[in-house]
Amino acid sequence: MFIGLANTWVAILLMMIGLYIVIAQGNLIKKIIGLTLFQTSVFIFYISMAKVEGGTAPIFSSDISIYSNPLPHALILTAIVVGISTTALALSLIVRIKEAYGTIEEEEIQGLDEEQD
Amino acid sequence: MISDMNESLILQLAIVLPLLTSALIIATGKNPNVREGVTIVSALVLIYFVFNLYSAFSNDPNQVISALWWELIPGLTISFKVEALGVLFALIASFLWLVTTSYAIGYMRGHGEKNQTRFYCCFAVAIAAVMGIAFSANLFTLFIFYEVLTLSTYPLVTHAGTEKAKKSGRVYLGILLTTSILFLLSAIVSTWVVAGSVEFTAGGVFSPDVDKTIAGVLLVLFVFGVGKAAIMPFHRWLPAAMVAPTPVSALLHAVAVVKAGVFTILKVCVFIFGIDLLPSLATTDFLLYLAAATVLLSSIVAMRQDNLKLRLAYSTVSQLGYVTIGALLASESAAIGSALHIAAHAFGKITLFFCAGAILVSLHKSNISEMRGIGRQMPITMAAFFIASLSIIGVPPAVGTWSKWFLLMGSIETEHYIIMSVLMISSLLNIAYLIPIPFHAFFPNGFTNKGEAEDSAISDVQSNSQIKEAPLPSLIAIVITATGCIALFIYPQPLYELATAMLETRAVNYAE
Amino acid sequence: MVSQLPVLQVILPLMAAPLCLLLKRSTLVWLFCLIVSFLSLLISILLVQQVSTSGPIDYAFGGWDVPWGIGYRIDQLNVLLLIVITAMSSVVLIAAKESIAREIDPEKHVYFYILYLLSLSGMLGIVATGDAFNIFVFLEITSLSVYALIAMGRHRRALWASYQYLIMGTIGATFILIGIGMMYQMTGTLNITDLSVRLAELPQKRTILTAFVFIIVGVCLKLALFPLHLWLPNAYTYAPSIVSAFLAATATKVAIYLLIRFTYSVFGPSLSFAAIPLQTLFMALGLVGIFVASVTAIYQTNVKKLFAYSSIAHIGYMILGFSTGTVAGLTATLLHVFNHALMKSALFLALAAVMLRIGSVQLSSMQGLGRQMPWTMAAIVLAGLSLIGVPLTVGFVSKWYLLVAIIEQGNWVVAGLILMGSLLAVIYVWRIVEVAYFKEPATAQKGDVLEGAAGGSTEAPLSFLIPIWLLVGANIYFGIDTRFSTQLAQSAAQSLFGVSP
Repeated sequence: MFIGLANTWVAILLMMIGLYIVIAQGNLIKKIIGLTLFQTSVFIFYISMAKVEGGTAPIFSSDISIYSNPLPHALILTAIVVGISTTALALSLIVRIKEAYGTIEEEEIQGLDEEQD
Repeated sequence: MISDMNESLILQLAIVLPLLTSALIIATGKNPNVREGVTIVSALVLIYFVFNLYSAFSNDPNQVISALWWELIPGLTISFKVEALGVLFALIASFLWLVTTSYAIGYMRGHGEKNQTRFYCCFAVAIAAVMGIAFSANLFTLFIFYEVLTLSTYPLVTHAGTEKAKKSGRVYLGILLTTSILFLLSAIVSTWVVAGSVEFTAGGVFSPDVDKTIAGVLLVLFVFGVGKAAIMPFHRWLPAAMVAPTPVSALLHAVAVVKAGVFTILKVCVFIFGIDLLPSLATTDFLLYLAAATVLLSSIVAMRQDNLKLRLAYSTVSQLGYVTIGALLASESAAIGSALHIAAHAFGKITLFFCAGAILVSLHKSNISEMRGIGRQMPITMAAFFIASLSIIGVPPAVGTWSKWFLLMGSIETEHYIIMSVLMISSLLNIAYLIPIPFHAFFPNGFTNKGEAEDSAISDVQSNSQIKEAPLPSLIAIVITATGCIALFIYPQPLYELATAMLETRAVNYAE
Repeated sequence: MVSQLPVLQVILPLMAAPLCLLLKRSTLVWLFCLIVSFLSLLISILLVQQVSTSGPIDYAFGGWDVPWGIGYRIDQLNVLLLIVITAMSSVVLIAAKESIAREIDPEKHVYFYILYLLSLSGMLGIVATGDAFNIFVFLEITSLSVYALIAMGRHRRALWASYQYLIMGTIGATFILIGIGMMYQMTGTLNITDLSVRLAELPQKRTILTAFVFIIVGVCLKLALFPLHLWLPNAYTYAPSIVSAFLAATATKVAIYLLIRFTYSVFGPSLSFAAIPLQTLFMALGLVGIFVASVTAIYQTNVKKLFAYSSIAHIGYMILGFSTGTVAGLTATLLHVFNHALMKSALFLALAAVMLRIGSVQLSSMQGLGRQMPWTMAAIVLAGLSLIGVPLTVGFVSKWYLLVAIIEQGNWVVAGLILMGSLLAVIYVWRIVEVAYFKEPATAQKGDVLEGAAGGSTEAPLSFLIPIWLLVGANIYFGIDTRFSTQLAQSAAQSLFGVSP
C-alpha cells in the first residue's frame, strides 16, 4: 500500500511542508515560498496520477500503444501558469508592502497597523 | 352618506389618506398655518371616511367590506377587512387625531418646539399605521403596520433630541422591536406553519385538535410579542416614551400605540385562538395572573411617581392590563368589556395627558408636588382632569363605568375571583393616585383652614395671579375629550353595539 | 446568435478587458465597461428567459462535444447567479467614474477597469461552466484580479489585506484543485454532469470523501464561512469603495453557488449529507457565525468594516438555509443570495458616496451626516432596515422563508436564535442612524463641508444617487413583489432536488 501510493505520499509530504511554512513563517517572502511548494505538490500529484505503467509520452504514432494520460498534463500546465501569476502578484505586493511599511515581517506590519489605531 | 362610493375604496382611502397627508405636510412645511390646516382637514376627512365605514357596517353587519393589496408570498397577503372591533378602534383613533391636532397646535406653538414639520409628518404616518392595524385582515398585515407604527413614532419620542430623549428612544425601540421580532414574528411564522393560515377568522384558525402545548406556547409568544400592550416585564418603554412632547404621549402613548397593542391581543385571542380554545390552554391562567400582577404593580408604582406624565404612564400600563385580562378571560362579557375599555380608557387618558400638557405649557410645572392650588388658575383644565379621573376609576358619570362593569361580570362568570378582586383593588388604587391631584389643585389646604403656613403662602401667591389657561386650541381639545367621557356614559349604545357585533360575527359564522 | 449566449456571457467581458488598453482615456474606458457590463446583463436576462421557457441549456465549447471539450451548462441555478452578478456589476459601475477619480491615481484607472472586467468575467465563468477544472481556472482569474483590485486601495493596509486574502484564497483554490484531481482520478471525467453519474456508481467511497472534504474546505475559505472568515473584513474595508460594493454583492455569492453545486450536483445530497454530519456542522457554524460576526460588527468604528462583519453574519443565514437540506431551506438560501446582494451593494455604494464627500467612513466622521447627505443617509437607513429584515423589504422575505424552512423541521430553538441574530442587526444599524441623525457635525468636519458645497449640503452627485436608489428601490420592490425572485430561487432549488416545479 505504501509503495503503491508512493506518489501520493510524496505529494502529501510536500503539501504539509508547504502549508507549515505558510503558517509558521513571519517573513512574507518565505510564506510565498511555502505557498509555491504547496501548489507544486498538487502539480506533482496530478502529473504522477497520469502515469500509466510502461507508457510513453502521448505522441500520435502507430508505434505507440501505451501512453500516459495527456489530460492531467494539460490541466497542470494551466495550473502552473496560474501558480506563477499568483507568485508574481504576491511578490509585487511584497515590494509595495516593503515600500509602505518598510518591513516584510508579519508581526512588525501588524504592530505598525495597531499603532495607528 | 355617499352610497355610490365603493366602501372598499373608502377603506383603502382611510389608510392611504394619512400617508398622503404626511407628504403634504412635508410639502407645505414652510408655512405652519397651511401645514396645520392640511392636518386638520385630512383629520376631518378621515373621520368622515371611518364614519362611512361604520354606518355601512352597522346597516348591514354581514356585508363584507374588504380590500386586497398584494399577495406577498402565496397565501400571505396584505389585505384589509372591516370588522366591528377595527371600526371601533378606527373611530376612536381618527376622532382623537382631530382633537389632538387641535391640541397640538396650541401646545407646540405655546411651547416653542422645533422641527414641527417632522412632528406632524410622523404623526400622520403613525395614524396611517393605526388605520392599517385596525383594518388588517390578517396577522401579517397587522405585523407590518405594527412595525411601521413603532418606527414612525421613534422620531416623535426622540423629538427633543437631548441625551435623555435619545436614551429613552433606545429603550423604546429596543423593547418594542425586540419583542415584536423575537416573539411576535416567530409566533406568526409558527401559526403559519401549524395552522396554515394567519387570516383573522371567526372562531380562530387552529383546528380544535391542535396540540395544546404548542398553542399554549404560541399564546405566550403572542402576548409577550405585542410589546405595545405593555404587559410586565415588557412595559418599560411606555414610561420611557414620556420624554416625547405631550400630544404624542396623549394620542400615541395613551391611545394609538398602546391600544394597537391591546387591540392586537384582543384580535389574536378572538380571531386566531378563538374564545372556545382559549380556556383550554394551560398558559392562559399564567398570562391572566401576569396581567393581573401588571395591573396591581403598576398602580402601586404610579402612586410613587411625582412627575405627572410618569404617573399617568404607569396608570396606562395598569389600565392596559385590564384589556388584556378581558381578552384572556375568554367570556363574552369580558371581551365586550375589553373592547369598551379600549374606548373608555382612550377618552379618559387622553384628557389627563392633555391636562398635564396644558399645565406644562401654562405654568411650566410637571411635578405633582408643585401643583397645589393651580385649580384657581386653570379651573377648566382641572375640572376636566377630575372628570377624566372618574372615568379611569370607573365611577359614574363617566364612561369607564361601563367597561369595568363588563370586565367584572366577565371575571365572575368565569369564576376568576382573584381577578375580580384585583380589579376592585386596582380601582381603589386608581382613586388613591388620581383624585388627590385635582383635589389639591382646588383645595390646596384640604377642607380645613388650618393648613401649613408655607402652603397657604404659596397658594396665596397663586390665587392672586389671574386665570392662566392653556392656549385656546388646546383648551377646546380638553373640553371635547372630557365631555366625551360623560357623553359616552350617557350614550354608550354605539360602543356597546360594536363590541357585541365583534362577538356576533363569531356566533354567526360558528352556526354555519 | 441566441445559441451562443452562454459563451458570450463569459467571453464578452473577457475580450473587452484587453481592449480597454486601446482606449486609454479614463472616461472612455468607463463608458466602454459600462456598456459591456450592461450587455452582459442583457445576455443574462435573455438566458433567464430561455431557461425558464425551455429548460437548461447545454453548450459545447468550440464545437467539441462534451466528453472531449468543455461544456457549459446553464440551468435554473446558474441563471439566478448570472443575473445577480451582472446586475450588481452594472449598477455599481455607474458610480465608478467619480468614485475612483477620488480614490485611485489617474494613471491606474485603465488597469482598474481591466481588472474589474476580468473579475466579472471570472465570476460569470465559474457560474456558467459545466467543467470542474474550468471552475478552478475561472476561480483563479477572479481571485487574481480581485487581489490586485483590493491592493489599489489608498490606505497601505489595503496591501496587507490583499496579501492576506491572496494567501488564504490560494490555499482555498489549491484545496479545490486537489479535490478535483481526486475526482478525476476516480472517474476519469471533469464534466459535472458525468461526474455526478459516475460518482454515484463508484463502490469505493474513501477517496471520494477525501475529495469532498478538500473541496468543501476550499469553498468555505472562499465563502468566508466562520471560522474561515478572517480575510474578509480587511479586504472589504480597505479595498476601493467600488470594489467593496462589487465584492460584497457578488464574491461570496459565487462561493455559495460552488458549495451548492458541489454538494447537490456533483456529489449528490445522499453522499454529501449522509457521509459526514455536514448539516449539523453547518447549522452550528452558521449560528455561531451569525452571533460572533454580528456582535463583532456592533463594536466596529469603521462603518465599512461593520458591514463587512455583517456580511459574514449573513453568510451564516445562507448556510443555515443550506444546512436544512430541504427544498424550502435551499430556496431560502438562494433567495437570500439574491436579496443580500441587493442590500449590501446599496450599503457599500452609499458608503462609497460618503467616502467621496467626507473622505472617511469612520463612524465618528459620520456625525450629522443625516443633514449633509440626506439622500445617501436615507438610503443607508432603508438598506439597513432591509438588513434587519423589516417587512416590505427583501430582508423580510428571505427571513420569512428561512424561518418557515427551519420551523417546518421543528427546530424552534434555531428559529429563535435567527430572530435574535436579526436583533443584533438592529443594534449595529441603529448605531449608525444615531450618529448620523442625532449628533451635530464635528466642527473640523464642518470646515471641509463648507469647502465642498456652497449650500451647506454636500449630497453625493447623481451618478451615485441613481445607482444607490435603484438598489434601494429594488430592496423595496422585491420585498413587495416577490414573484420574480422567489420563482427563480424556488425553481433552482427544485431543479437541484429533481422535483419538477
